[in-house]
Amino acid sequence: MALETQSAEQSAAPSRNQSSRAKIAVPGNRGVKVVRSCTVRKPAAELYQFWRSLENLTSVIKHPVSITRLSDTESHWKATAPGKTFVEWDAVIINDHPNELIAWRSKEGAEIPNAGTVRFEAAPGDEGTEVTVQLEYDAPGGRFAALIAKLTGEEPEQQVAEALRRFKALMEAGEIPSVEGQSAGGPQRELRRKERQQMQRKAAS
Amino acid sequence: MKANCWMGKREMQVQEVDDPIIINPGDAIVRITSTAICGSDLHLYDGYVPTMVKGDIMGHEFMGEIVEVGPNVKRLRVGDRVVVPFTISCGGCAHCGRQQWSLCDNSNPKGWIAEKLMGYTPAGIYGYSHMTGGYAGGQAQYARVPFADHGPLVVENDLPDEKLLFLSDIFPTGYMAAENCAIEPGRSTVAVWGCGPVGQFAIRSAFLMGAPKVFAIDNVPERLAMAEAAGAIPIQDGDDVLETLRELTGGRGPDAAIDAVGMEAHGSTYDDVKQTLKLETDRGYVLRQAMRAVRKGGVLSIPGVYGGFVDKIPIGAIMNKAVTIKTGQTHMQRYMRHLLSLIEDGKIDPSFVITHRVPLSKAPEMYETFVEKRDGCIKVVLDPAA
Repeated sequence: MALETQSAEQSAAPSRNQSSRAKIAVPGNRGVKVVRSCTVRKPAAELYQFWRSLENLTSVIKHPVSITRLSDTESHWKATAPGKTFVEWDAVIINDHPNELIAWRSKEGAEIPNAGTVRFEAAPGDEGTEVTVQLEYDAPGGRFAALIAKLTGEEPEQQVAEALRRFKALMEAGEIPSVEGQSAGGPQRELRRKERQQMQRKAAS
Repeated sequence: MKANCWMGKREMQVQEVDDPIIINPGDAIVRITSTAICGSDLHLYDGYVPTMVKGDIMGHEFMGEIVEVGPNVKRLRVGDRVVVPFTISCGGCAHCGRQQWSLCDNSNPKGWIAEKLMGYTPAGIYGYSHMTGGYAGGQAQYARVPFADHGPLVVENDLPDEKLLFLSDIFPTGYMAAENCAIEPGRSTVAVWGCGPVGQFAIRSAFLMGAPKVFAIDNVPERLAMAEAAGAIPIQDGDDVLETLRELTGGRGPDAAIDAVGMEAHGSTYDDVKQTLKLETDRGYVLRQAMRAVRKGGVLSIPGVYGGFVDKIPIGAIMNKAVTIKTGQTHMQRYMRHLLSLIEDGKIDPSFVITHRVPLSKAPEMYETFVEKRDGCIKVVLDPAA
């Protein structure tokens, strides 16, 4: 399956008009779209800066996806589990309207074609910026969804929602809330201890 | 350290657990000098709040001394004496910005649980189920305090803990409940259902705000006596409360009604049966009575904790009498400083509510005493060092 992308001119005129939303369609409408929004109390420019380096997303995607920078517009995505790499692909930014929109897609030949956009729009009054992420991938039950589910036990929709929740916290509060590694009694004690050791190893490395 | 852990319905255990560590850069660690059991902890004890996990450390009312701070903490220093608010707030979201601290967007790491039930998640709360974050609580010798620059109140006086501890929840909670009644000094009458600790503070707060008459409704004699000592008019639940309130207010009804009971109201067999069969999660006896008893155009203020669903709500009474409902977990940081100054000025001494002072190790048996309202139990303070 190949993903087709409308040209930058067609897809992302710098306006808030709904019809101008970026479209990155899977041909014949066979793809699945996940759309999720949140409002962040920060200026669009600051949020755009974070997303413009897609590798920053590594810090907000909870489950083990690592993204490394290849060039100004290209990045390498790798979904891993301890000791094993499940799938990797290269992504390229194909649409870039500073402070308004970024669109990317996997490069030709990717094992699991996928694409995403993030849009930044001023929220009413002093609410901040509405951030809308759209993720697109192959059909339900397809490999992308299956992979995400296998790695995380969650559907891609939940993954996007959680990534956005964590992104918002990081931008607004400067950190992502967590109870991993906290004190606990009874049957939770060992799990929390393991989390704590993992955190300490990570901090040391 | 020692901590009081939830180990199942009506089962608490003081266990030896790992000391807390700094997890996020905005965290602080508090050595707890005093902590308390809250009436709302009884909802967890009785198993009515879902998403509790065996081993969860209980407690959301605590104070102590800062012993460690994370690298991003700027306002607090090691050695500061602090009272910790029970809700956790990030300080950076739109709700925190509007002083709606208990609605913080970012402090609940497990927000999706509450979103399923309520649409959107409230703030994280210490020791209050995984629906509000699963944070380890303060019935312990130490606690981790996240977003530490935006929560704890630094105390610089040398007043004893027992005068300050209740700034962590029940005094601000009772105060906000009264403030929500929009009391007009010298005119507004207020009826308070539930004379537990929050009800007691709501009664005293209503008087501080100038209410000429406050009615106190309960079925426990020593609680009614404590309310009466503050100047409230006691009403025994089980009498015809609506009728009594009508006669005591010249036929108008109280201008404001406060439900300081919440989800485990006693008095309705219907609710007991439905809650037992899990056909409703919360018992709505008080809520229904308050809705009918409140004056036309009045306010219903709900500080009592509800978790899920109540049925047979007389929405017709609310609609046709144009009643305003005000509720929410307490926006702690909005009140703590002002209420501290009331304590420092001697306008109120919150320690009046304490009936039991025991070592932390006695926490499990005190839950039982408290839930059964034995031995005149109204408020239990635990000493983590003893």
